[in-house]
Amino acid sequence: MTNITINVNGKEHNLDIKADEMLADVLRNRLGLTGTKISCGEAECGACTVLVDGAPILSCNYPAVKAQGKLVTTIEGLAKDDELHPLQEAFIKQGAVQCGFCTPGQIMTAAALLNEIPEPTDADIEYALNDTLCRCGTYPMITKAIHAAADKINRGSDIEYPSFDFGGGYQVVGQVVPRPEARQKVTGEAIYTDDISFPGMLFGAALRAGIPHGIVKELDIHKALALPGVQAVLTAADIPGRVNHGLIIQDWPALVGVGEKVRYVGDAVAVVAAETWEIARQALELIDLEIEPLPVVTNAVDAKKTDSPLVHESGNLLKHIKVDKGDIKKGFEESEVIFEDTFFTPHYEHAFMEPECSIARPLDNGKIEVYVGSQISYEDRSQVAAALDVPLEKVRVRGPLIGGGFGGKEDIAGQIHAALLARATGKPVKILYDRHESMLVHPKRHATQINVKLGLKKDGTLVAAQTELYGDTGAYASLGAKVMGRATTHSTGPYIIPNVKIDCYAMYTNNPPAGAFRGFGAFQAAFAIECLMDRVAEELEIDPIELRRKNALRQGSITNTGQQLRESVGLLECIEKTAQAVEEITAGEDPFTSRIVPGEPNKRRAWGFAVTFKNTGLGEGAPDNASAEIELLEDGRVETRISSAEIGQGLVTVLQMITAEELNLPLDQVRVYLSDTDLTPDGGPTTASRQTYIAGNAVKFAARTLRESMLATLAEKYNLPPDQIGIEGGKAQVNGEEVSFAEVGSLMREEGRIPKLVYDYKSPPTTPLGEPGDKHFAYSFAAQAIEVEVDLETGEVRVIRAVGATDVGKAINPLGLQGQAEGGLIMGIGHALTEEFIVEEGQVFTDHLSRYRMPSIQHVPEEIRVIIVEDPTKEGPYGGKGVGEISTMPVPPAIVNAVHNACGVRLNRIPIDQDWLASQLQAKGS
Amino acid sequence: MNNYQEYLQAETVAEALELLAGSSRSTAVVAGGTDLLLELRQGRHPKVDRLVDVSGIESLRMISRDGDLITIGAGVTHKEIISSPLLQEHARCVVEGCGLIGGPQVRNVATIGGNVAHALPAGDGTVSLLALDTEVELVSAQGSTWQPLIEIFAGPGKVNFDRSKTLLTGFRFAARGDREASAFQRVMRPQGVAIAILNMAAWVKLAGSGAIERARISCGPAGPKPFRAQKTEQFLAGKKWDENSFQQASEILAGEVNLRTSPHRATKEYRHLLLPVLLKKVLDSAVGRAEQ
Repeated sequence: MTNITINVNGKEHNLDIKADEMLADVLRNRLGLTGTKISCGEAECGACTVLVDGAPILSCNYPAVKAQGKLVTTIEGLAKDDELHPLQEAFIKQGAVQCGFCTPGQIMTAAALLNEIPEPTDADIEYALNDTLCRCGTYPMITKAIHAAADKINRGSDIEYPSFDFGGGYQVVGQVVPRPEARQKVTGEAIYTDDISFPGMLFGAALRAGIPHGIVKELDIHKALALPGVQAVLTAADIPGRVNHGLIIQDWPALVGVGEKVRYVGDAVAVVAAETWEIARQALELIDLEIEPLPVVTNAVDAKKTDSPLVHESGNLLKHIKVDKGDIKKGFEESEVIFEDTFFTPHYEHAFMEPECSIARPLDNGKIEVYVGSQISYEDRSQVAAALDVPLEKVRVRGPLIGGGFGGKEDIAGQIHAALLARATGKPVKILYDRHESMLVHPKRHATQINVKLGLKKDGTLVAAQTELYGDTGAYASLGAKVMGRATTHSTGPYIIPNVKIDCYAMYTNNPPAGAFRGFGAFQAAFAIECLMDRVAEELEIDPIELRRKNALRQGSITNTGQQLRESVGLLECIEKTAQAVEEITAGEDPFTSRIVPGEPNKRRAWGFAVTFKNTGLGEGAPDNASAEIELLEDGRVETRISSAEIGQGLVTVLQMITAEELNLPLDQVRVYLSDTDLTPDGGPTTASRQTYIAGNAVKFAARTLRESMLATLAEKYNLPPDQIGIEGGKAQVNGEEVSFAEVGSLMREEGRIPKLVYDYKSPPTTPLGEPGDKHFAYSFAAQAIEVEVDLETGEVRVIRAVGATDVGKAINPLGLQGQAEGGLIMGIGHALTEEFIVEEGQVFTDHLSRYRMPSIQHVPEEIRVIIVEDPTKEGPYGGKGVGEISTMPVPPAIVNAVHNACGVRLNRIPIDQDWLASQLQAKGS
Repeated sequence: MNNYQEYLQAETVAEALELLAGSSRSTAVVAGGTDLLLELRQGRHPKVDRLVDVSGIESLRMISRDGDLITIGAGVTHKEIISSPLLQEHARCVVEGCGLIGGPQVRNVATIGGNVAHALPAGDGTVSLLALDTEVELVSAQGSTWQPLIEIFAGPGKVNFDRSKTLLTGFRFAARGDREASAFQRVMRPQGVAIAILNMAAWVKLAGSGAIERARISCGPAGPKPFRAQKTEQFLAGKKWDENSFQQASEILAGEVNLRTSPHRATKEYRHLLLPVLLKKVLDSAVGRAEQ
């Protein structure tokens, strides 16, 4: 132990610490200052930034002993006497807060910048925040927030909200409002799972196979059990209930037992609970594990071959998904031109800023309580209960705030392991993944190979489309069949095509499992079809925008799955508005023609174009429902409860707004409580861009029902017809008299009516593929234009401008919508330019964040224009439909098409390999 | 959780040497620790029991000019380098190279001594110092010596002195003279680790005629060790920097470097393709600055 004295936020602390403790650990664990977040633990992401003597440093890699005698400032020390620092205020008002996990690091980095440069330029901000990453992609709003804060500090200017012009006759819906939880997120008070601890809590860790395919021959835990501080070591034999978990197909063992197969490197074979995280890790090293390796299969195409090693005894085919429409043979015969090519997309990593964390706690009443940042808390409950072999009501799953998900927090991570260890030890157990384990274990985006063949008339009219898709779902099913289902139906684009044939193979391999990830298969499909459409336009000498316009789905069109689109098809409007905006910027010049950059003779610029669509909701026959509870509390406030997850997308805001709208209540009179299987009804999974629509509707109808119930009570009491009673500003108006909500509530209670109700919302029915009827109850549409710059010598590609329009039905929460649109765009830029999750022979190469680069503030285009198209869908709340995923999807094809337009090289795969591009450019040049 | 038992902060060079000499436990020298601490945590560095931190030694934290010599202490941070008016004037390539490393959080902590002692063939700080014909001071119980920086490297990540017994304490190079200037550039791969695919620094002295009187060029990774392109330098001496000399210099440079393919980073061919691109950029820039 070493004794240090440090001053943190003005307070002296004298501490005995270990020599190898990092400052972040001391702040979080010894001082309880959990506002400082650890996201990567490898000095890559900036989330743990604090100031030491005024200078920003990465506290996850800064030995605490070095802070001896120094002044440390953390996020908790920024606000003075409850008054927010201008940066904190600006981050809230400018929407620069989404999941919030990186926010303390962003604000501390920005605070240091403003101390050094009081009036920073955009370039100064970009340089200073270069290594402070935000996976939600709030960078454009962060830049605006820093400028706004500087204005306030330097000139006393008020910090304003951005303005968006969405009216529509609502009081709250369509207005710019702050996130209800934003204040906690900018002050460091926000609580994520790892910020919670309990007295006597143990720390769990899992031993991973490390071998992608093999039989467990030996597993000896005796030495680990004997290590002082270890309280339990469990293997598969210790699981009382169901060993396997999985969202649809339970094929994924929580622990692989002796004689059983491991199918990817991340498979767990034993779990340990110990008094400290360090002892738990040491114990893992003492377990003797012997695995007899088996041959591996590492991609979906090989997996389908008859001589492939089998990942599961049932075979490598998870699902063959088919679509048939019209007569494909006749369609190609009738075509005047045919185009065909094959496209490739890699695995991608969600890289949510908050790594997975679960805490399981045995309660005195025999229940197990699980704290976890999960996208599907009810599913976690049933999976934990099944593993423990206890009734559902013996498990309570509670969600603290969640630091990003993007689809990566739908499957089981540490939930079952923590529950098993808590049951075995009778103590609370926390399992926190470090970044390495997170990258190794959780499901990724499916790597795909997609062949597209298009038949057209010479005028560009699509006649036939045939696609063949291979999706690598890795070792376990996860949501693979659904993901590749969506890839299937989106693989011919948002186009009218009379003859379609699609075959899609979702294949098991020995790679890490693949599952849900923003865009859910439709992302990969959009890349393939939109790249080929661009070639069609070039060969047929048709303007790429015109080609899309000509074939675009519109009201009345029949989709490739035979669904007639009766309403809310805003694609043509998206195309028009995007085209207009590009024309404005280029002043009439052809955007798709290569231009030399003035003063940079080796650089070329051009625009690229792509369109896309994305279903809202689960669809294809899956029941898609949500229940919401609403209660008029005694103090007159209203609380809305639903299990749906806030993963940064802004659901709390949306549900608060809807409740306030329906009850004519001021926003601050509405509380939203999420993610608690004991106290919140099931909102269903937070996936498929469905929560605004499904949970939104459940809350809307719950609020309406409460309103009716309140009116009924007042009508009786005052002997008035309900339609003569008004509700305004949180008060009822009766006979010119005001009755507060609190009074209405007590009237209801006096009558024996509890002012609390649950509304079960059922979405419009859908039908499975191959059956008549609607496959989805709504689709969102988007058009995207992107200008890139290509360095002809080095192959380097930069995005310069991005203009895109999205049909969202109705903009309910404009500030959140802008954040989703910009953030999705930036993630799309990352997928096209910076990201690739690499697996070699089943071993993960990109096993640290330093090897997997998400886009930084330097990748943000110079100009972003987000255009919102509102073509309402009748059933959606106020006409709204999904938006969480679509903004990422058209970005990679638009970039790849722009690269071609700039330099003449076509690419069939992402991310763009500048090495390869440069070699092509060299070959062309010579 | 790095699992070392002691973290000792030396206040003087003598104290650091004593700490290094005085224990049988495995010991490593640490400065900013931005690389070493991570390598220890991730098991990429042999385990050590003790770390001796030299970043707090005041005498290693100076940037100074003494006559025609500029000296940078090994404990100077990247942030201090890029903020130093003296180095902006006399070591532009070092300022440029260090300014590209990490973000402000890393630059506030990481030291130039650490960058060099890490001995990566493409260390931006190392490569930029080489173009200034930098000498390095090594201090051990046996005394101190100045020697050319280029001579301390033994291979990727390796130096030819015992890092657990000998301290690298400082760097010195000639102040910028009349019609002299330097520049640094690198190309990164957008995916994967933040190490340059290829970086290059150049220093030139122009003659009265406008031709290059002398040039120094360093680049990496161009072999197992940080590399000085001496044949190219010799060729350029006395040449006017124009299209013709550029073409010839590019060929000579391509002939003397040892470029390799690094998986998931760059092919050998791509590095060869970048070689003349960077050469042109750094020499255009250095010559342009020298002419001013």
